[in-house]
Amino acid sequence: MDVLHILPQQLVFGLALGTVYGLIALGYTMVYGILFMINFAHGDVFMIGSYLGWGVLMAVINAKISGLHPLWVVPLMLLIAMVGTGLLGAGIERFAYRPLYARGATRLGPLISAVGASLFLQNAVMLGMGARMKVYPTYLLFPRTWRIQVAGVNISVLLLVMIGVAFLMMWGLHLVVQRTTLGRSMRAVAEDREMAAIMGVNVRRVIALTFFLGSALGGGGGVLVGLYYTQIDFFMGYSAGLKAFTAAVLGGIGNIRGAMLGGLVLGIVESLAVTFVNPAFKDVIAFLILIFTLVFRPTGLLGESLPDWEKV
Amino acid sequence: MNGPGRRLALGVGLIALALVAPLVSPNDYVTGILTRICLYATLALGLNIVVGFAGLLDLGYVAFFGIGSYLFAFLASPHFGIHLPFVLALPIIVGATAIFGILIGAPTLRLRGDYLAIVTLGFGEITYLLLINLDRPPLNITGGPNGIIAIDAPSFAGFVFSRNIEYYYLFLVALLLVLAASARLRDSRIGWAWQAIREDELAARAMGINTTVAKLQAFAIGAAFAGIGGAFLASWQRSVFPDNFLFTESVNILAMVILGGMGNLPGVVLGAALLVAFPEIFRDFQVYRMLVFGLLLMVLMIFRPNGLLSVQARREEEPAAGVVAKEEVEAAP
Repeated sequence: MDVLHILPQQLVFGLALGTVYGLIALGYTMVYGILFMINFAHGDVFMIGSYLGWGVLMAVINAKISGLHPLWVVPLMLLIAMVGTGLLGAGIERFAYRPLYARGATRLGPLISAVGASLFLQNAVMLGMGARMKVYPTYLLFPRTWRIQVAGVNISVLLLVMIGVAFLMMWGLHLVVQRTTLGRSMRAVAEDREMAAIMGVNVRRVIALTFFLGSALGGGGGVLVGLYYTQIDFFMGYSAGLKAFTAAVLGGIGNIRGAMLGGLVLGIVESLAVTFVNPAFKDVIAFLILIFTLVFRPTGLLGESLPDWEKV
Repeated sequence: MNGPGRRLALGVGLIALALVAPLVSPNDYVTGILTRICLYATLALGLNIVVGFAGLLDLGYVAFFGIGSYLFAFLASPHFGIHLPFVLALPIIVGATAIFGILIGAPTLRLRGDYLAIVTLGFGEITYLLLINLDRPPLNITGGPNGIIAIDAPSFAGFVFSRNIEYYYLFLVALLLVLAASARLRDSRIGWAWQAIREDELAARAMGINTTVAKLQAFAIGAAFAGIGGAFLASWQRSVFPDNFLFTESVNILAMVILGGMGNLPGVVLGAALLVAFPEIFRDFQVYRMLVFGLLLMVLMIFRPNGLLSVQARREEEPAAGVVAKEEVEAAP
């Protein structure tokens, strides 16, 4: 096996995987930044985004519209999946979490409720869509011949689209958080919820919108993963969610830039593990990274910058 | 009849009921379910030590269950050609799982609630991944996805367990011992320390509790109970597979603890009984089981965050009853 030949290829895969991890990680980090809770159902929201994207793609294909081009099909898939998962996320917040934190429940309460929401979503999808995996007919959008050579590495256009879209969404989030009134309110609530409320911020609305935004990004990630890996199932959110959470923690939970960095590091480490170690142990390595980060540097690579969203 | 007396009568009645239950059970299938209830109640009581008493949310508890099961498989099967008798293997497993509890607990001591949950979840996942992958050359340790089969049945002085009803009484004895140990621990100095940590760790430390030691004790004892459960599962099922120890199993056991009421011993046993019996009773609706289960966890957290028989509800009546009982004891010659 020529490692030097495989390595650049694997690094590109790792980069693509990492941007998607980062995208999902943003949902964990934003919610944690505001509510100090792990939204355990976020991985399943990502999974549902993947199913929504699949549904749109199949509907478009079945409608037999001529001129099936990724330039309009992919944005349509992303739009519907993101709006759908955004609403779903806000709904989960409304019905599973708000009754708990509004009452000032213990720390365990919301986490258990989140585990319940996760099980509920998984099984609802399994019952509604069947337990068998669904297949994205990606080749209809991105023919397998769409590849380019860069410095001896063979990259598919889809991979570039994936990385591009992920970075675009992160940039969008950055603008929202930095430049809009909503973003300022979010930072204020993260810093001090009560004080923000006194200053006239509608805290409930800001929390709901944070869930909406985070879930929408996760749903968008679901579409990208579906397009790239082509096979999706109702259980995919569990391990993807854990990986993304690892990414969020690795970068410093509550820190938006950290989530992106953590995603990239994790994606690249994983692709290196596949190259140099046994692929069967790549998840073991990912979880060991999670544990070592939490135990030895609980604030992550960039630090838990909860009150410092402005630094992003 | 006063509070404690009534509770004692209720306890004796329930134990009597548990003793005759398999005798009146209509068939072997029902006896099997009763046996499962005992097994899971033992596991749930172990997790209750960690989550219910000490307030440390452990989402990877199934790891200890799995380690206990596989250790028994190593010690009593043709896999390594070792055939230790049950009475010898059990203490070894209890000791070993307790050590694993400390090993996994030690690095997590500094972590806050939700971080702790994620780290233990990570340990649970790693245990599962190792069980399923450690069958590669040069050494086949776990048998991989095929597990380990032909495990020895427990035997005492020539009597070999084979029927469900025999296992039932074995598991029931273990359950009662674990229940008694839990009750003693709860009312002991260690138990008070756990409950103090659960309520407020900082205040507990300020009151002179060595929180490090207390937390490690909780992890070790909780893991040891899971080890007992694991050995029983392996010896009853006569085989072990990695898929016995998925994350959903951790959630299942956690739900037993929560459903009954964290920290409440009869509640935890009730939770185990309900959650083992629930899917069996609603077998026709099995596909909806986990859906309802998820919904149940959410609804429960909203309307009864402290479980069916909650510590909170008892607290309101207990101090008075406890004081009365104590005065009576002191007044008696």
